[in-house]
Amino acid sequence: MSAPIVELTSVSAAYRERRVLHDVSLSIATGERIALIGPNGAGKSTLLDVATGLLRPSAGQVRLTGVPIDALDRLDVARRVAVVPAAVDLPFSTRVEEVVALGRLPHEDPFRGARPADRLAIAAAIERVGVGHLLGRDVRELSLGERQLVLIALAVAQEAPVLILDEPTVHLDLRHQVEAMELLVDLNERDGTTVVAVLHDLTMAAHFFPRLVLLDGGRVVADGPAAEVLVPDRIRDVFGVDPSFVHVPIPAG
Amino acid sequence: MATHGETLATARPRVGGSGIRDRPLLLVGFGLVALLVALVLGVGVGSVAIAPGDTLAILAHRFLGLDLPRTWSDATETIVVDLRLPRVLTAMLVGCALAVAGATFQGLLRNPLADPYVLGTASGAALGAAIAVLVPVRFVILEFGLLQGLAFLGALASIYTVYKLSRIGGLSPLTSLLLTGYAVGSLLAAGLAMAMYLSGAALRQIFTYLLGSFDAATWPRFLATLPIILMASVAIMLRARSLNGLLLGEEAAAHLGIDVARERRILLALASLATAAAVAISGLIGFVGLVVPHVVRLIVGPSARLVLPLSAIGGAALLAYADIVARLLGGIPVGVITAVLGAPFFLLILRRARTGYEL
Repeated sequence: MSAPIVELTSVSAAYRERRVLHDVSLSIATGERIALIGPNGAGKSTLLDVATGLLRPSAGQVRLTGVPIDALDRLDVARRVAVVPAAVDLPFSTRVEEVVALGRLPHEDPFRGARPADRLAIAAAIERVGVGHLLGRDVRELSLGERQLVLIALAVAQEAPVLILDEPTVHLDLRHQVEAMELLVDLNERDGTTVVAVLHDLTMAAHFFPRLVLLDGGRVVADGPAAEVLVPDRIRDVFGVDPSFVHVPIPAG
Repeated sequence: MATHGETLATARPRVGGSGIRDRPLLLVGFGLVALLVALVLGVGVGSVAIAPGDTLAILAHRFLGLDLPRTWSDATETIVVDLRLPRVLTAMLVGCALAVAGATFQGLLRNPLADPYVLGTASGAALGAAIAVLVPVRFVILEFGLLQGLAFLGALASIYTVYKLSRIGGLSPLTSLLLTGYAVGSLLAAGLAMAMYLSGAALRQIFTYLLGSFDAATWPRFLATLPIILMASVAIMLRARSLNGLLLGEEAAAHLGIDVARERRILLALASLATAAAVAISGLIGFVGLVVPHVVRLIVGPSARLVLPLSAIGGAALLAYADIVARLLGGIPVGVITAVLGAPFFLLILRRARTGYEL
């Protein structure tokens, strides 16, 4: 068994004195598909910030592909982990293909820009995510569902082994939610991309993700398949709702 | 993924090799020709009109060492080489600096309304120039007087102050920068108003500086400013990747491998340096830094790799032509021309917003 592709060991982290992660350990193997769930303020986004090096942990260690994250610069991290941007607000009119092309920034020659290999990766990502029909359009004119797909295409063009998403289906209608989820499953199963997604919708998480990590109060309180994580007592304790609101589908296979 | 029928119907055809947007080199060529024409016209226009043929022959003779038959007088050669050429080249240099700095500030602050003066450089330079006019000290080094020196330092000091002050407090860096820039700019503007109130007979001199002009252009001033602006512009262009990453926001840029805090610091410093050098030799010329990058983006899209070099050429051409117009109209300040040309042009662009480009 090779080293975990993302590994957090006893990580604590704080934003301006306020501790938001307490002694979190999480090991993610290559090719896994993981949903991070938990109530608002549980530390999900903070965990992603720590795992991508945006926030330095106050204690503990983060390793990407076995390498301590302190030893990696931003470019090294970006070649290992692609993060689908959340709620992008573009200051200028920008076409779909121009946004997807930004995914090549960690790879392109800093002085000469995109090379043929980059153009190939951009075209492949557009094809893979199925946004070819949107080419030439201003991203700011697209619907939220279309925009989300374009941003996923950007992250796919980044060609990093790990794909991270923070609430990718928020604001999307049901059809676009399901399409986004199916795309993530496909990227994971066909391309072998490790997928880590923060999700609020427990039903979606349970249906599309074989492993759920439940955070509460900055700690991991459960980690495993949906049937083990989303037990009624825990739903009541962590989310403070009647568990009958949550229908946990039994994943096929 | 499923193809959405309704979006397929409205989608524009696949872009591929058609349209000017995909041929930036053509634009560069067009821009360079426009610059050459501006050079010849700019040298020719004035109280003594000089034929384009003579202009080209003198330039070829002096700078390329071509042994051409002399069809021009010594006086003509002096006017071309010592008076008008530095003026035209200074206009181009300043236009390049302001347009590149404007594109940089817009990208860095993620704000389409940003221009080279947005973070207080203009007020700082203006106050510096006003103080230089008021104090009874005069000196000249390399043809640079107190006015140029204090304008340069004023611009840099104000942006340094803005940057340092913006790091205090809990606001997001960008909001903080913009608001601090506004506050410091207002404070400096008050100082400028006070200086102008006290200036008496020197008011006209301060006012002339505020409007901007190339009347004071000379070879030594041009040559001293050239390396600063060229170095800063090239260094900014080499960091096009950072500006591209920032299109998506600071966090997304960080995830794309950009050290945002460091790049912001470097780009701010470079754009401010170019701006300070430009305002020191030409005064405050508005609109170029705001409008040119938008026009370029309208044509080639937002990639800084294209926007920066094309803005440099476009800004240079715009100011060179604006200066020609200013001289044809009897020497009115070039800043007035850029505003008079720029404002309607800008409104035209805003109208085009409905057909695709939006600020």
